[in-house]
Amino acid sequence: MSEPRGWKNLPLGALPYKLSLEYKTGDWRAERPVIDYTKCTRCLICWLFCPEPAIVWDGSNVMIDYDYCKGCGICAYECPVKAISMVPEYRGGSG
Amino acid sequence: MSAPPVSTIIDKEKYYRIWVFEPGAKSDSPLIFNLRELTSKKTPAILPGHRLCAGCAAPIIVKLASFAFRGPTIVVSPTGCLEVSTTVFPYTSWAVPWIHNAFENAAATASGIEASIKALKKTGRIKYEHVDIVVFAGDGGTYDIGLQALSGAFERGHDFLYILYDNEAYMNTGIQRSGGTPKYAWTTTTPVGRVQPGKLEHRKPIAEIMVAHKAKYVATATPAHWVDLMKKVRKGIEVEGPAFIHALSSCNRGWRHDLEIALEVLRRAVDTCYFPLWEWSPNTGYLLTDRSLAIARNPALKQPIEKYLETQGRFAHLLKPENKHLLRELQEYVDSVWEDLLKRASNAPR
Amino acid sequence: MIPKVPLDKQIRLNVNGDEAVAYAAKQCLIDVVAAYPITPQTIIVEKFSEFVANGEVHTEFIAVESEHSAMSACIGAAAAGARAFTSTSAQGLALMVETLYIASGLRLPIVMALVNRALSAPINIHCDHSDAYLMRDSGWIQLFVENVQEAYDTTIQAFRIGEDERVQLPVAVNLDGFFLSHTMENIYILPDDVVHEFIGGYRKPPVVKIDYLNKEVSYQLNPAYPLTIGPLDLYDYYFEHKIPQIIAMENALSVIKEVNEEWFALTGRRYGNGLIETTYVEDADVIIVIMGSSAGTVKQVVKKRRGRGEKIGVVRIRSFRPFPYNDVAEALRNAKVVVVMDRGLSFGSFGPLYLEINASISDLSVKPMLLNYIYGLGGRDLSPEMIERVIDEATDVLKRGVIPRKISFVGVRE
Repeated sequence: MSEPRGWKNLPLGALPYKLSLEYKTGDWRAERPVIDYTKCTRCLICWLFCPEPAIVWDGSNVMIDYDYCKGCGICAYECPVKAISMVPEYRGGSG
Repeated sequence: MSAPPVSTIIDKEKYYRIWVFEPGAKSDSPLIFNLRELTSKKTPAILPGHRLCAGCAAPIIVKLASFAFRGPTIVVSPTGCLEVSTTVFPYTSWAVPWIHNAFENAAATASGIEASIKALKKTGRIKYEHVDIVVFAGDGGTYDIGLQALSGAFERGHDFLYILYDNEAYMNTGIQRSGGTPKYAWTTTTPVGRVQPGKLEHRKPIAEIMVAHKAKYVATATPAHWVDLMKKVRKGIEVEGPAFIHALSSCNRGWRHDLEIALEVLRRAVDTCYFPLWEWSPNTGYLLTDRSLAIARNPALKQPIEKYLETQGRFAHLLKPENKHLLRELQEYVDSVWEDLLKRASNAPR
Repeated sequence: MIPKVPLDKQIRLNVNGDEAVAYAAKQCLIDVVAAYPITPQTIIVEKFSEFVANGEVHTEFIAVESEHSAMSACIGAAAAGARAFTSTSAQGLALMVETLYIASGLRLPIVMALVNRALSAPINIHCDHSDAYLMRDSGWIQLFVENVQEAYDTTIQAFRIGEDERVQLPVAVNLDGFFLSHTMENIYILPDDVVHEFIGGYRKPPVVKIDYLNKEVSYQLNPAYPLTIGPLDLYDYYFEHKIPQIIAMENALSVIKEVNEEWFALTGRRYGNGLIETTYVEDADVIIVIMGSSAGTVKQVVKKRRGRGEKIGVVRIRSFRPFPYNDVAEALRNAKVVVVMDRGLSFGSFGPLYLEINASISDLSVKPMLLNYIYGLGGRDLSPEMIERVIDEATDVLKRGVIPRKISFVGVRE
């Protein structure tokens, strides 16, 4: 189905039919959080406070989901051991 | 322990899930504070990809509150930042059933849903032990235009929880003052000019207004004090009847503060007693909680109001030497409200 | 033809218009009623409250604190899968206008009994159609009843029409304040089980298909699956979302007719073809077009004048929205003079019914002359003498072939 859809293909009552997971807000950011895993104590405070949420825990590590991270820096600020640094976002380069 | 992740590919289906409750499901999800356990037992009611500003505290409030939900829940939001940013058609960021009606009628809409659930249960068309109804409303849709519906719904005693995420102005339409804007704050309709230093009126004591309604549970909270917030949300849900939580929600755009200190600002709001943390119910009366209880027990912990004001551009004019008298007035006001609360709280040291 | 429920099996009641609506509502398995009192609707809500207090209905009754909250609560309830009903008049309607558009935009088949009353200022509690005209463009189906029997019949039909899957729109049943609401008539009502069957039992919301859910689900707030009701549309989607609403209104034309026929088969009563009711129009030179209770008085006067050989007819509009342009054009095609009587007015323009009739006849090869008579504002009675004068003036226009003025006002002191 081609997007944006015509009225014949929209659900009744203007019900949204896509989860916002398909809308990658990662390109909003001007800087990105980078985790130093040698310092990280896996306390999960960054996971707890991320507003998107764009931090996941896979059982042994926290990981930033850069698809959605808007670079607000709350995780870096709240980290009790300062394991996260905010690094300027470069387009096409490595952070 | 220090090995970095093997793969940085994030499985969206694994981590971001919609909430599904089979008919007959019980409302028995436990209240968990152990973060490891929390990651495995709960998922947030809000999904990433929403359009809220970077560093907004509102989605943090929603996420933490949803960790305290106990089972099937329907969420209602009036028009405001949270509502427009999470439901830009055709996308939705809500993992739970959710409705937006208009600006001033979140509480009336919730009343209708509550009645509907009762009627559907009575006639066997819905089979859940409880369907909790939670409103996430901004100060715009609560203090002013939404006050009538809120008051009416509480007077009628509907069983629902109303969570006010208060960013202290009509932020969604561009930072205009609301009944929740503090005195002397800069907003676009109370700018700091040559003859007026920001808003001239104190904000409505909304939580106390709901106490006066004889609600079944009223509390103040911030997402920075997350254990306190989660406990209060759970209490508000479990109590039978109307419950109200006033959650302070920092706004880096409207309050003019650096993005990363969103939660630090809220901590200072509590540390300076500008926004004390308390709860109230008909049998217990006022009780201080969390940091505010600690401050009551050890007054040396109370910070001067400057510690809060200096973090935000909307108060920058108050720190200028020519406005010392305004600063003093504000400090006296905060102190008198705090003293008054200490007198009323039964767990404040005598 | 013997109806399925012959008259001797129907129950005789002596009630006023408001009570008739309350009795109809009682039988429609309504889940939620949220209402705020306003004269002349109060009796509907009071009577229904008695049913609730006596346990005669399972309905949850919310005594809301304003009409805006009344419609808001109905929207919340309908969104959660309930059958919802409310009632109001004039100022109450004006207060809830924003939510009327929302109810229609969200495709929630709420039913509202609108007891027609004049809009302030000055404040007036008596009948005119200004409140109904205010909600013209809101996307609600609007049906006008002539008498108390029709008020009962139409309230029940409203649930069927609104909840039909080709429609899914809210319905307003309009009855004249005081003239019908507070006037007693002998009416026939059906047994409860017959009504339950007619409306299909409890409400079943329609089924929707959403990409992120892997199955078709019922359009309601249900913890079994997350639906987001009432999103933000930017300029890229709002227009597309309006088209299905428009189509639903068009579908309503045939659904109203079907339900009218079904009611006839069930009770022996029908109202024209459901959309309009015509009397003596086939050979009429002068036709009066009118809505509401005054149609009854007009029909009496026209019958008398027919007796004297005058070729006069009456068209009563039952469905104001969706407006039955084709049916009206058909009924008026041979008339020479059409008198459109409006119980409301758009200041700076004409009566809204006149504008609709104008649009109806615009494609006729020979157009009748159109006259607009504004009557009955603020409860001013339309007496048989006034109608006789209107017919005389229309006949005069027919003779002269010239319209002296397009709009006139009946029964006003200079």
